[in-house]
Amino acid sequence: MTVTAPPAPAGVVPSGRRRPERRRASRSNAGQSRFGYVFVSGYTLLLVAFGLLPTLYALFLSFTRNGVFVGFDNFVRVFNDYRFLPAVGHVAMYVVFWLVSLIVLVVILAIVVHSIRVRWLGDTARFLFYIPGAIAGASSVLLWLFVLDPSVSPVSALLRSMGYESLVNVVAVGNLPVVFTVIAFWAGAGGWIVIMYGALNNISADIMEAARIDGAGALQVAWHIQLPMLTKWISYMGIMSLAAGTQLFVEPKVLAQATKNVVPEDYSLNQLAYLYAFRQGDFSGSAAISVMLLVVALGLSTIFIFRGKLFERD
Amino acid sequence: MTDLSVRRRRRALTPGQWIGRALVAVVLLAFAAFFILPIIWLLLAPTKTNSELLLSGPFAFGSFEQLVANWNELFAFGSGVFAVWLGNSAFYSFAALAITLIVSIPAGYALALIEFKGRRLLLVTTLVVMLIPNTALVLPIFLELSAVRLIGSPLAVILPFSFFPFGVYLTYIYFSTAVSRDLLNAARIDGAGELRVFSQVAMPLATPVIALVGFFSFVANWNNYFLPFLVVGGQKIPVQVGLANLLSNVPAFNPTTASSIVIQLPTLALATLLSVAPILLIFLFAQRFLVEGMTAGGTKE
Repeated sequence: MTVTAPPAPAGVVPSGRRRPERRRASRSNAGQSRFGYVFVSGYTLLLVAFGLLPTLYALFLSFTRNGVFVGFDNFVRVFNDYRFLPAVGHVAMYVVFWLVSLIVLVVILAIVVHSIRVRWLGDTARFLFYIPGAIAGASSVLLWLFVLDPSVSPVSALLRSMGYESLVNVVAVGNLPVVFTVIAFWAGAGGWIVIMYGALNNISADIMEAARIDGAGALQVAWHIQLPMLTKWISYMGIMSLAAGTQLFVEPKVLAQATKNVVPEDYSLNQLAYLYAFRQGDFSGSAAISVMLLVVALGLSTIFIFRGKLFERD
Repeated sequence: MTDLSVRRRRRALTPGQWIGRALVAVVLLAFAAFFILPIIWLLLAPTKTNSELLLSGPFAFGSFEQLVANWNELFAFGSGVFAVWLGNSAFYSFAALAITLIVSIPAGYALALIEFKGRRLLLVTTLVVMLIPNTALVLPIFLELSAVRLIGSPLAVILPFSFFPFGVYLTYIYFSTAVSRDLLNAARIDGAGELRVFSQVAMPLATPVIALVGFFSFVANWNNYFLPFLVVGGQKIPVQVGLANLLSNVPAFNPTTASSIVIQLPTLALATLLSVAPILLIFLFAQRFLVEGMTAGGTKE
């Protein structure tokens, strides 16, 4: 899902490695802080222009119509649109499939890869798992169009054995949550496996050794030691993927294009917001949908930063 | 673990453990196949003719002549529009990369090593924005850009691409762990001004993080579909958007296609491959970076 994939899942630092005391530096002089402002000025400008202002402008649009304040009218109108609730349902369904498979499979694969003693074998496995991450956005959907089209697919026997004779059969609306999950998992899981693997490496060798001496088997070690140690990473992955999943756009968009709307062009919420702006010229309605999605994303990331304890550094 | 204990454990392998190992091997092989087979297929498909693609084995190699023929068909399509798209992608990605580096490196440095009012607010805002999916801001940015009449201009792609909070965060992490404040203070005591401390003490140490930020920024920008799809059109679209547009000229997926110029499936596969080739190459040659960035210095090998 790549475009919607973990925003470079990265950027996380385990808690406990706090920076040495900050206080002592607070004596810094005025000249130093003036340069601080100069150094952050360019970035702050971009942050305001492409983070803050678009958010405020979308908020303004969503509560007005032709410049007149209309309260929640736009939200009510969008909500009553016959396409809105189905789109919510589609996205929710996809997110459930995506999160469950991601969490279960990534944890299992990370633990399995981590248990490989032969170094080059483990490295190769990780490499094979994350290399599809290079293929993102429209490219990954196109590649999967081929893989899911029984007439050219490398796994056409498998598809035919499941009773699918053509691409249009495979991407029937009922199958889409699974299809999108497979595409997203293919492109995005490897990055998370690498992250989980890194977290597993952080478990002290003494604990693992002690457990083995006490006679714990690989499964018991995984269940009682590795899994609890991974919890905060799993919640990080879950929250990031949930936020990304609600944004579903490029997959249904490209599939709709490829199948002449067998996959509906209003399948997901972002597609609907796009149609409001581009088909109906209704920027207020479009803004209302993006504000709803933005509130979800902002809520998740804020909760995570203040409660998740992964960013305890400063 | 000592050699002795390893050997003892090996000898004591029970049937249950053997089954466990076999299971692990099967799981690993199955997932390795799932992840890698589509890529291998994609590497081979452009070497075939349309009928070979439909009839011969999926992992058979076609011929180099056919690869050349498909290549020529692709670059002849729409009087060479595919090359224009690739050029657009490169232009947008590199221009944004340059701006990102120019603004992010000093910002991350200041957040990590300089005290100023509002520092914490800026840091928290950066984290919040970094953690929301980048698609969440695309429609609001489109609405804003259309209000200021920038739609259609290359700047409508480049400027939003240049805003890369994750790069600032990476730089911040790097400077706050890898460079000591004492070193900078020593330079200050020796009479160096802030600008000199930054350019002559901090920058020479920053090469790894510059590469890291550059890598992630380039990959994110090259692969971005949603934003350029909304804000530019015609001859200005990057290859991600162009690739999806090619679909309307593929008869196999689109039986009703009205266009007289058609694209054959192997040519479309070649287009897909070329659209990701730069990123694929970077991934192959920068594995260390990738893993490092994804764990952001938080974990040790």
